[in-house]
Amino acid sequence: MVARVFDGLKVADFSWVGVGPITTKYLADHGATVVRVESATRPDVLRVIPPFKGGVPGLNRSQFFANYNTSKLGLALNLNTPEGREVAWRLIMWADVVAESFTPGTMKAWGLDYEAIARVRPDIIMISTCQQGQTGPHAHYGGFGQLASALGGYYEVTGWPDREPAGPYGAYTDFICPPFALAALVAALDYRRRTGKGQYLDLSQFECGLQFLGPALLDYAVNGRVATRAGNRDSQACPHGAFPCAGEDRWIAVAVTTDREWQEFCRVLGHPEWATDSRFATFLARRQNEDLLESLVAEATRTRDAYELMAALQAARVPAGVVQRCSDLHRDPQLAHRGHWVTLNHCEMGPTVYDGIPFRLSETPGRLERPAPCLGEHTEFVLKELLGYTDEEIAGLVIAGALE
Amino acid sequence: MTGEGLLGPYRVLDLTDDRGWVCGRILADLGADVIKVEPPGGDPGRRRGPFYQDLPHPERSLYFWAFNLNKRGVTLNLETADGRELFRRLVAVSDFVIESFDPGYLDSLGLGFDELRRLNPRVILVSISAFGQDGPYAGYRATDIVGMAMGGMMAVSGDPDRPPVRVSVPQAWLHAGAQGAAGAMIAHYYREMTGRGQHVDVSMQQAVIWTLMNETPFPLPDFYGFDLRRAGARRTTGRLVIRQIYPCRDGYICLLILGGQAGARSMRGLMTLLEEAGLLPDWLREFEWETWDMATPRHHPTAQAELEAIESLLGELFRQRTKSELYEAALKHGILLAPVNTVTDLFNNPQLAARGFWVEVEHPELGTRVTYPGPFVQGTLNPARIYRRPPLIGEHNEEVYCGLLGLTRSDLERLRGANAI
Repeated sequence: MVARVFDGLKVADFSWVGVGPITTKYLADHGATVVRVESATRPDVLRVIPPFKGGVPGLNRSQFFANYNTSKLGLALNLNTPEGREVAWRLIMWADVVAESFTPGTMKAWGLDYEAIARVRPDIIMISTCQQGQTGPHAHYGGFGQLASALGGYYEVTGWPDREPAGPYGAYTDFICPPFALAALVAALDYRRRTGKGQYLDLSQFECGLQFLGPALLDYAVNGRVATRAGNRDSQACPHGAFPCAGEDRWIAVAVTTDREWQEFCRVLGHPEWATDSRFATFLARRQNEDLLESLVAEATRTRDAYELMAALQAARVPAGVVQRCSDLHRDPQLAHRGHWVTLNHCEMGPTVYDGIPFRLSETPGRLERPAPCLGEHTEFVLKELLGYTDEEIAGLVIAGALE
Repeated sequence: MTGEGLLGPYRVLDLTDDRGWVCGRILADLGADVIKVEPPGGDPGRRRGPFYQDLPHPERSLYFWAFNLNKRGVTLNLETADGRELFRRLVAVSDFVIESFDPGYLDSLGLGFDELRRLNPRVILVSISAFGQDGPYAGYRATDIVGMAMGGMMAVSGDPDRPPVRVSVPQAWLHAGAQGAAGAMIAHYYREMTGRGQHVDVSMQQAVIWTLMNETPFPLPDFYGFDLRRAGARRTTGRLVIRQIYPCRDGYICLLILGGQAGARSMRGLMTLLEEAGLLPDWLREFEWETWDMATPRHHPTAQAELEAIESLLGELFRQRTKSELYEAALKHGILLAPVNTVTDLFNNPQLAARGFWVEVEHPELGTRVTYPGPFVQGTLNPARIYRRPPLIGEHNEEVYCGLLGLTRSDLERLRGANAI
């Protein structure tokens, strides 16, 4: 039996949508007992967004939600009832870690803010992961990762210089923040183990998301340069881009940085003469004639099979990769080798494919222990087994509407 | 040397180049003593621009600065026997080693994980590579764009009538590095309980896949059987295409049109703005936004036509206003709208300023102070901090080799002569 790193660690997870749940997922997949608190009166918005199993919508049918909530227990709790808040307190008293990602002020309105919790549980570690942080004039701004990505500068620097901004796909910054949040959370647990002190972590998705724009921010700070979108061009490599291959909307990404790579690239493409052509022989010449070069390269790649061309370029030690779609990822031999895709049997969706853990730990690999919970799936288990409620007390909670 | 930060007692040897920098940066921000170990002459990543005052020089790379802040720096030549011996001694007094060499390189030097563990059973080795340490693509070469392509992000980013695009500021290795920090901290927790270190093997490709949001299940036969396609300034949810980026008077804004409970307040706010601008038509006036499901049209023959009718009214409104006017309105009415900020906008953003996000760091050699983006997380104990500027090449050789390992200055001279440091 493989050791579970966070065995015995207890997490009261009030967070929802992206950053919070993905952060606590690391803990859950590595053995922590994570109780995900939800209410049917205001379900996690991801539960009502596609993709739905079989294309059929339903609160327990979205893989968007399921992918981020593996190995967690589901507790249905209406925090707008006093009885629901009583249960929340008992859960907090049980927990080592409290996570939440509501708009700032929401937890306080329920009396569940850090100050209130720390008064009775000074050793608690609490993390909030809202859009713009708990303080400041825009703290109350409630939004989603797409907005944080626009706000955080990513849209401006994605797409073509002669066109409007075009991405990156999705709620991009939602996927920058979780590993940062996890690292801070575990560092806080380590600190508590050594000092006995708890703490509050205020993670602004806006601020955390900016960490990946560091060079562009410094370039403005010291050189006054404003980064913008550049298609696929790069200051260090030429050619550098996505070139068409045989088939519908098939592309290969290529980055030619060194002279050796350029010569090999020309050979593999069947145009060794480019390597000595004065228009392309040097990096500076290629950069000067980049439009022409790109159109010639596209002509040469257009009839090639993308995967065969990738293999040929890689055999010549030239960085190249197919622009893979998700359907390609599901049959990617490297991902299969890594065990990236994991099938779990969900209570309503049945056997369903989940994304696996993004790294391998040699001693404690972690495991997607359980599929995501259906809404309230473990309410009775959590109340009875973890929090010690009696059947009579639970009946009282049901009547009070606290478990909705 | 026990520092005051959360990870104060722990030491990290950071052997990475730009493929893995950010991993050590995260641990350093949390207070660990991160020693950047560079080959003599400096990390090859220092040759990457942009540069301070646009003068290319290994001590002026802003790309290096951004991800090596808070680290100390030594030089060490792993290709010499003396260098390897020094490295072994460093491993014995360290808690983490982070590397981003091609898979197999450390093994070829006799410094693979088994050897490191023999030297120090507590050590955690984090290996950051493009596709993982083994498997059919383990030997493949990759740069940022290859990672964004093979991890699925490019296929859904960019305009449909042009090639797929990456983010113009390189991202893929950063995702790998950040996942490396998460893996390192999970391994750390286990090590502190059991005394056992382990090997953390990170794949950039998998790290990029984790940025694909809800996309991966779409093509599966038990979901929809088709891939999402790139839609430029629009987004696709299921079968609907919705505009997400709109031009406004001085740039662009991003708007999330959302049905039901989650979007109702925002949609009502937008209707208020349309009304104020005299653009609200009668058919839209009657909409009950709490129960609006954008897939079920109320006034038009198709859901797509209805969305486009709403989008065109909003587009007209937005063209009359500036980014900041629209953002102010969004803050006031709870509209799911944000400006598409440029770097300039970010430096003028009142929220970041109010939270003291930007941090001035002294670079005495250049006689200047540089404004850096601040800590990634705040909190009651200042969990992440800016401690020191990025290291110069070999800046802490004496501090580390003499202070930590107990070498003499003449030892250092000899090692320098042997090209070991």
